[in-house]
Amino acid sequence: MRVSDTSSSAQEPVVTAHGLKKHYASHVAVDGVEFDIPRGQCFGFLGPNGAGKTTTLRMILGLTPSSGGSLSVFGLEIPKHAREVRARIGIVPQADNLDPDFSIEENLQIYASYFGIPARVADERIARLLEFASLTDRRGAKTETLSGGMKRRLTIGRALINDPELVVLDEPTTGLDPQARHVIWGRLNELRDKGVTLILTTHYMEEAERLCDQLVIMDQGRILDCGTPRELISKHVEPEVIEVRSEASQRLQAMGNEAGCRVETMGSSLYCYTRDPDPLLAKLKNEHGLTFMHRPAGLEDVFLKLTGRELRD
Amino acid sequence: MNIWRPPKIRRGALAVLRRNVLVWRKLIIPALLMNFGEPVLYLLGLGFGLGQFVGEMDGMPYLAFLASGIIASSAMTTATFEGMYSVFTRMVPQRTYEAILATPLEVDDVLAGEMMWCATKSTISGIAILTVATALGVVTSWQALWVIPAVFLIGMCFAGPAMIMASFASNYDFFNYYFVLVVTPMFIICGVFYPIDTLPEVVRNFVQILPLTHAVALARPLVTSTELTQPLIHVAVLAAYASISFYIAVVLVRKRLLI
Ligand SMILES: Nc1ncnc2c1ncn2[C@@H]1O[C@H](COP(=O)(O)OP(=O)(O)OP(=O)(O)O)[C@@H](O)[C@H]1O
Ligand SMILES: [Mg+2]
Repeated sequence: MRVSDTSSSAQEPVVTAHGLKKHYASHVAVDGVEFDIPRGQCFGFLGPNGAGKTTTLRMILGLTPSSGGSLSVFGLEIPKHAREVRARIGIVPQADNLDPDFSIEENLQIYASYFGIPARVADERIARLLEFASLTDRRGAKTETLSGGMKRRLTIGRALINDPELVVLDEPTTGLDPQARHVIWGRLNELRDKGVTLILTTHYMEEAERLCDQLVIMDQGRILDCGTPRELISKHVEPEVIEVRSEASQRLQAMGNEAGCRVETMGSSLYCYTRDPDPLLAKLKNEHGLTFMHRPAGLEDVFLKLTGRELRD
Repeated sequence: MNIWRPPKIRRGALAVLRRNVLVWRKLIIPALLMNFGEPVLYLLGLGFGLGQFVGEMDGMPYLAFLASGIIASSAMTTATFEGMYSVFTRMVPQRTYEAILATPLEVDDVLAGEMMWCATKSTISGIAILTVATALGVVTSWQALWVIPAVFLIGMCFAGPAMIMASFASNYDFFNYYFVLVVTPMFIICGVFYPIDTLPEVVRNFVQILPLTHAVALARPLVTSTELTQPLIHVAVLAAYASISFYIAVVLVRKRLLI
């Protein structure tokens, strides 16, 4: 975990939102959110399906008109200055929208032309971005021949064509295998180390814990809490968890409570949260045919506590 | 963000136009084959075949009459196809516009680029027909080259309404209505195959509001070096169709994509 540089805290945030709202005819997608995104950090939006993450990002980019509140990016008001702002942002959308009529390299060239980048400058950047995305060998391939991971790397590379100060990534690793995900995490860390501000949404708690300096947890259009992953964990859950899988959950729940744990059930699993795991561990050792796991509490526990365990959508 | 604000025309539109030119260039051989093959069939089949019976029409050989009309109607169908099917493909299933709108370009730029591209395709088709017509001895003067900018304008005029259709289509089948109810009737009654003077008076007055009538009235004299009557009115009608439909398409696409 990188510790954010407190000396730069006087610096103006890259994005500031006040009371930001989005209403659709049928319901409220974003319900008055407030946040400041500091420069040079990785800022995460976590939330279940339909929480309003994509809608919030689209408002930041000036692609969705807000229904209320105020928003500024680089100190410029959105949507008034959206064009200027987008010239300085890179965007990785939730679903890939590479141009299927072109090869990998041509995709980057065409995208550069939308920013008005001269071909000479673009070609030099494209060579670097192909390396960055590990796609140099495939530069001539059509986009439909690429694997999910390659497409995602190309989309991230494409988002860097204008040398952005801020990159907005909507679920950059959803649907990718662990190898592909690790490669992307590495690339995103490289970017942040160069001083690029990152905004990302994710459903993967591990991703958020690894990448995000700060994050907000959203649900039903509202921000439930914000902070560093560690702050959120220590604020909302006990430091240790014992997960027990068993059919006899009633009895085990009583056992957990007796041992001083806060117990939550989900299906046939029990989650026992505690500061002192020893009493429960001692009891569980005497039980036969039980599988249990003792681990430190993580962001997932915070997430489930704040957003509940029942299914969304 | 007011979706009704007037569109701005900027250089960004050229990037969109260029994108389409580059895609077209990849399939240039079949594209050109189509552009030249179709008028050859039409002009040989209908022009010579029918021309045997018809002889002269409106004071010119039927082949010349037909060739000059088809330059206008082909500009219409070319721009209509591109403005509906291709624009819809890039807007909905392919989500190319979504990617473009994540850059500094806006809906205004995207549609201005698309409209210029539709008109460019119309112009390519017009040049192909003009070439075939010249080879068949229809064209007698260099003055006929003036039809090229006219065809570009005709393409713009039909691209706009096509993009309006694309802006609220939910699938490709929807476009059949527009062809059956709008494009094909115009093709038949706007003077491509016979002079509109022969129509009953009510219909003759009605076709004056249709853009293809003015497109034909502009293209025919230019190609055949006959007298051009009221050129400014024809240009004005085509330009009005182009600009008003462009504005409506921009508003509707903003409404569809910027939600
Ligand atoms: N164009 C739209 N019209 C009506 N409702 C919409 C529209 N776009 C989004 N919504 C609704 O707004 C809410 C927030 O959607 P959003 O896409 O922002 O969620 P999300 O947090 O990105 O979810 P996911 O994790 O599934 O991507 C959802 O309930 C969604 O159904
Ligand atoms: Mg989303």
